[in-house]
Amino acid sequence: MTDQSTANRGTSTRIISDFLQRRREQIVQRWADEALFRTVFTVSRDEAAEAAGSLVEALASVAASGRIEDLRAPGFTGVREQLTRMAASRARGGAAPSQIADEVAALRPSITDLLITDLAGSDGEASGPHVVTLTVLMGTLRLFVMETALSAGEEIIDRQRLQLLEVATPVIKLWSGIVAVPLIGTLDSARSQVVMESLLEAIVDQQAKFAILDITGVPTVDSLVAQHLMKTVAAARLMGAECIVSGIRPAIAQTIVHLGIDLGSVITRASLADALAYALHQEGAVIVDRATGAGGPR
Amino acid sequence: MSWGLEGPVSTHVPVLRIGDVLLVTLQGELHDKAAEQLQQDIGEAVAGSSAGAVVIDVSGVEIVDSFLGRVFAEIAANAKLLAAETVVAGMRPAVAITLVELGLTLPGLRTALDVQEALRMLAQPSTPLSPGQGRQENA
Repeated sequence: MTDQSTANRGTSTRIISDFLQRRREQIVQRWADEALFRTVFTVSRDEAAEAAGSLVEALASVAASGRIEDLRAPGFTGVREQLTRMAASRARGGAAPSQIADEVAALRPSITDLLITDLAGSDGEASGPHVVTLTVLMGTLRLFVMETALSAGEEIIDRQRLQLLEVATPVIKLWSGIVAVPLIGTLDSARSQVVMESLLEAIVDQQAKFAILDITGVPTVDSLVAQHLMKTVAAARLMGAECIVSGIRPAIAQTIVHLGIDLGSVITRASLADALAYALHQEGAVIVDRATGAGGPR
Repeated sequence: MSWGLEGPVSTHVPVLRIGDVLLVTLQGELHDKAAEQLQQDIGEAVAGSSAGAVVIDVSGVEIVDSFLGRVFAEIAANAKLLAAETVVAGMRPAVAITLVELGLTLPGLRTALDVQEALRMLAQPSTPLSPGQGRQENA
């Protein structure tokens, strides 16, 4: 970029900044009727106008600073919260991110028209470069809104992942002294940590001598998951409880063997029922068929 | 290695004898020096009284480090050499997790939920070692 064009651009951003401040009211009136503001602020138009006003001011200050392509321009920070709220509100209303982006883009034609008429009145200077500058600025705004919308989405995902972490690991008391954790879904380090902690807490609370880890709902087992299982088993053993791993499906058994993971020190059973039968047997409880009087399978 | 507090803090852990069993109750933080002292005390007590078993109650221990974990393992190994069985009773979840993360799975050491369970376990010596015990590999 040459010095000449840099200087032109500097003038251009100043002109845009002046234009935005001078024509603030007209822009606000036009924008308040656009889909982006109308759908968010359904109750009162004044509120929409106020939101549009602060947005125009933010754009003016960004233009004044000359950093029209910079998402981190200080002018944007002031409206970040407002835009987050608006984007979140639109997203809750079922709008796809691309739709929100289109709505932001829809703000441009009205303001460009206004700029052209504005400049035509003032002097004979070509309005082209200024329109380009304004377009760049509006493009940055669009990107900024998208970024805010996506980061808001990520926050929601993070929160939900935490919630999932809490709900997805219940420790069930199967019998006096026998607890079980049915594991469902993929195990990662964070989840296995929660599983381990809640299981060990339950062992203390329930005075459980047997803990059953049921992995029927775990789709794949890799070396990391296996290591987590081993750790949980070892920790439970240190506390004086015996750990049984149940529900290893044939495919998973094959994977474990292929990976060369040694589960030799872990008691394994095919199903939760088998594991429970084993634990009951070790506890000295006997399940008897009332009709025949014979003991059940173990 | 042992830079535990000296002076007013008592480094002596009482070793109680109940029938054929030595009961050691650990309370609060155990400093390195106290741990070493305990290891010696237990060794002497087992040798001197020909006790058949040692129960270490660790339910009062909130924090362990690698050193204490190793001391546990060594106490068990010592006792085994002197023909006594060692049972660690009442380990807290946080302590168990720490030891496992440190790779100290204490192979060969018997464990129980609490002292009562440990005594019951020792009362029936015919109970065979389950597959989960005795040959635990470091994870």
